[in-house]
Amino acid sequence: MSLVNYLVLAAILFSIGATTALLRRNAIIVFLGIELMLNASNLAFVTFSRVHGNLDGQVMAFFTMVVAAAEVVVGLAIIVTIFRTRRSASVDDVNLLKS
Amino acid sequence: MSATILAGHLAASLTSTGQTPTGEAVLFWVLGPVMVLAALGLLFARKTVHAAMSVVVVMISLAILYVAQDAPFLGVVQIIVYTGAIMMLFLFVLMLVGVDASDSFTETIAGQRWIGFLLGGGLAVVLIGVVLNAADLAPKGLDAANEGGNPARIAQVIFGDYIFAMEVVGTLLVTAAVGAIVMTHRRRLTPLLGQRERAAARIARIDEGEILTPLPAPGVYAHSNALDVAALGPDGLPLDRSVPRVLRVRGQERSSDEVHADTSAVGAGPRIPTETIDTSDAPRTLTDEEEEA
Repeated sequence: MSLVNYLVLAAILFSIGATTALLRRNAIIVFLGIELMLNASNLAFVTFSRVHGNLDGQVMAFFTMVVAAAEVVVGLAIIVTIFRTRRSASVDDVNLLKS
Repeated sequence: MSATILAGHLAASLTSTGQTPTGEAVLFWVLGPVMVLAALGLLFARKTVHAAMSVVVVMISLAILYVAQDAPFLGVVQIIVYTGAIMMLFLFVLMLVGVDASDSFTETIAGQRWIGFLLGGGLAVVLIGVVLNAADLAPKGLDAANEGGNPARIAQVIFGDYIFAMEVVGTLLVTAAVGAIVMTHRRRLTPLLGQRERAAARIARIDEGEILTPLPAPGVYAHSNALDVAALGPDGLPLDRSVPRVLRVRGQERSSDEVHADTSAVGAGPRIPTETIDTSDAPRTLTDEEEEA
């Protein structure tokens, strides 16, 4: 089996995550889609690290995880704040600036 | 290091042609479909909890693939950080927001669903095409780079080449934590109501009919469980407040007259001669003449 299979799997997961972010309205599920995209890119990083034979790719994946953790903390805090004021977690309901 | 041992078992070094060993191929073809199905579960699940669980499946499978790909450190971090911390955070927020808050599938923008599927499918085609065309991979494998243990070598890279990025990322984490605290902090809009304030407010409402004493207990009759029968006050009148409020709202309270009527009916049964019953001690309501007296 060639290592390209891993990259194809990463591409499929990334596309599914992107489609989720485009289609779903629940803010939490949109967030989960973004997490899926980050994970897919991590898989590509790890695979390329193996292809090139040095560990920089794995270190990049590690940093991606850390940044994702920070992003999730802030994003979920935003979702909780919006839910408190609007009683809804749907991204369609956050339209206060509209007309 | 069980992780490195596991990695050694799962992923022997690449073959000379850059192909993965058979065991790893089997692992990939087992986990790959599972991951894609779970990811589709995220896309199509109606309930948010199911979507979160699908993502957990994807992340654990990814951790196994990392270990198989000579990255045991990342595999462990993936489980600890992603499935352990981040997904738990997601589930906590789900509990806050409401578990049963399912997503609506009604379209607010016409044709958004098909445009979304088109864009996602197009992205997949483009990415896979690029990977298949451009990747003339001559994999080197990580055997040389992992000499002396993968975590130790990764530590050398992180704290050597990427030490500045490491510091910046630490600052970012602290900033994010402070930001989350600030954002979810709720300022008190009204003064705190303590026991003293509540007592003062009740005493201030005495003129409006507030009662400071405990409510009277309902009447006690051996005949029924008596919660539904009002007690009689010292003046012989029923005390409505003694019946629990729920029974009163439902209209299930009974007057002591009804209870007394039942008891009289039992007393008037055929087997007991009525003359021998001494009714003077029986519970009864006052007659009109007695009340006037």
